[in-house]
Amino acid sequence: MHGLINKAIQAFVTSTYGADRWEEVMEEAELGFAEFEAMLYYTEEQSGRMLAAMEKVLARPLPEMLEDMGTFLVSNPQVEALRRLLRFGGVTYVEFLHSLDDLSDRARLAVSDLHLPGLELLEQAPDQFELVCQQGLPGYAHVLMGVLRAMADDYGDLVFLNHSGTHDGAERISITLVETEFAAGREFDLGAHSL
Amino acid sequence: MMTFEQLTGMANVICPMFVIVDNHGRIVSAGPTLKKLRPQLNWEGRRFFRVFDLSRPRSVRSVEDLARFAGSKLHLQFRDAPQTGLKGGCTPLPDGQGVFVNLSFGISVLEAVRDYDLTSADFSPTDLTIEMLYLVEAKSAAMEASRQLNLRLQGAKIAAEEQAFTDTLTGLKNRRAMDHVLERLIASGREFALMHLDLDFFKQVNDTLGHAAGDAVLQQAARLMVECTRQSDTVARVGGDEFVMILEGVMDTGRLETIANRLIQRLEEPIPFGGQICRISASAGTTLSSWEKDPDAQKLLNQADLALYAAKRAGRAQHCFYREGIEKADATADRGMAGPYPAAARGPAT
Repeated sequence: MHGLINKAIQAFVTSTYGADRWEEVMEEAELGFAEFEAMLYYTEEQSGRMLAAMEKVLARPLPEMLEDMGTFLVSNPQVEALRRLLRFGGVTYVEFLHSLDDLSDRARLAVSDLHLPGLELLEQAPDQFELVCQQGLPGYAHVLMGVLRAMADDYGDLVFLNHSGTHDGAERISITLVETEFAAGREFDLGAHSL
Repeated sequence: MMTFEQLTGMANVICPMFVIVDNHGRIVSAGPTLKKLRPQLNWEGRRFFRVFDLSRPRSVRSVEDLARFAGSKLHLQFRDAPQTGLKGGCTPLPDGQGVFVNLSFGISVLEAVRDYDLTSADFSPTDLTIEMLYLVEAKSAAMEASRQLNLRLQGAKIAAEEQAFTDTLTGLKNRRAMDHVLERLIASGREFALMHLDLDFFKQVNDTLGHAAGDAVLQQAARLMVECTRQSDTVARVGGDEFVMILEGVMDTGRLETIANRLIQRLEEPIPFGGQICRISASAGTTLSSWEKDPDAQKLLNQADLALYAAKRAGRAQHCFYREGIEKADATADRGMAGPYPAAARGPAT
């Protein structure tokens, strides 16, 4: 699993539960190191052991924690860069949802060895969508649930999300748009980070 | 035939940075994004060449010129500040009505987005500006992560190198580091003095007071050697109680003698350790790189070593300079005859 993903999990645990708990997780995982490097690559086995240790040490179901992590990635000022990159996807939340089809390609443009599973948005009605998440990264759909929820807040829209199970190995998330411009949302200034 | 109004209406949607210029050189209409760059400007009716400065092609000065360059790439910029650079292309309108010019930011887009507070809605859906901004940010973020990693690796590398070249007990340089310094000085042809120093009575301290006392003595000796030399000099621990000092540019034997004697004197000061007093002394031998026509690290070390042993045999707490045949003179000393030690400012035999 790419170092960026491992590092994101580390940032989430450290920021939510504290550096001490992260140390406990890494001791439990027995990987021989305590920190992940964002620009290195780790084996599935290493990442798997870290996730298993996380569930054991923090005593919470992994899907729940992964969803919180998705929210953390969008809403925490520490990782503002990611929120901005996602906001480039569209001017409205619906445009953003459609841009998810390109998310794995976009990620690869930025970091060539970062492979995220493919996503496909099915539009069932103007306010009803289903996001099909291909396999390849266990727990990815749960992280996405958190990301989708936090991005709705970011755009100021109100949505209902539901993990609607797995079909043919692909996990599905149903998205119901309850109200657009429900709240003010956050500012997005295109040039804020320009050189 | 399409009117200016109809054309403007279509262009507003498809290419929001267009300008329609009539055959007198006056602006008929301009796209919403372009207007946003100069909100105070009353665009309609202004002279195109008063608003924009065409830098390439240089020869273009009129609407007729523009029409001739249909399809070529135009480089232009605003005449007033901020003089944002723009790229464009143009095509003549039918029946000599003027020209249609379409503009874009080109590489200046990063500053433009910031300077003019542009949003996604200001760019046409086919415009790749948003994708480009995305890439710039994504690459900057990835680059930053790489930079952080490089900094950490660099730090670890420096620490590892330092460790590899440092004697951990005393903090002095180790033999490897000394070899490097010697090679470097010789290769660059710089002159230096090489002093080999060996502690006297160190073994007794170690044997009677223990290794901890021995370590304390070595650390104190190291401190004194650093104190008695300049920061630019090299002090290395090359063996148990053996030290090498490299003093660059110090070629005056009188001065070297003074340094050696002061160092020996200070090393003889009692060193308290755990309620006990450790007493040591030192012997030293020195050679100068300038005494050899073609200095060689191994040879110089050997000379300093021979001088050191001459000093030892002269009864310790002494300092000797190397000279040719010092080993034989040494034998003379063993027979109880007057040797060359203590060597007061003695130069080489040659």
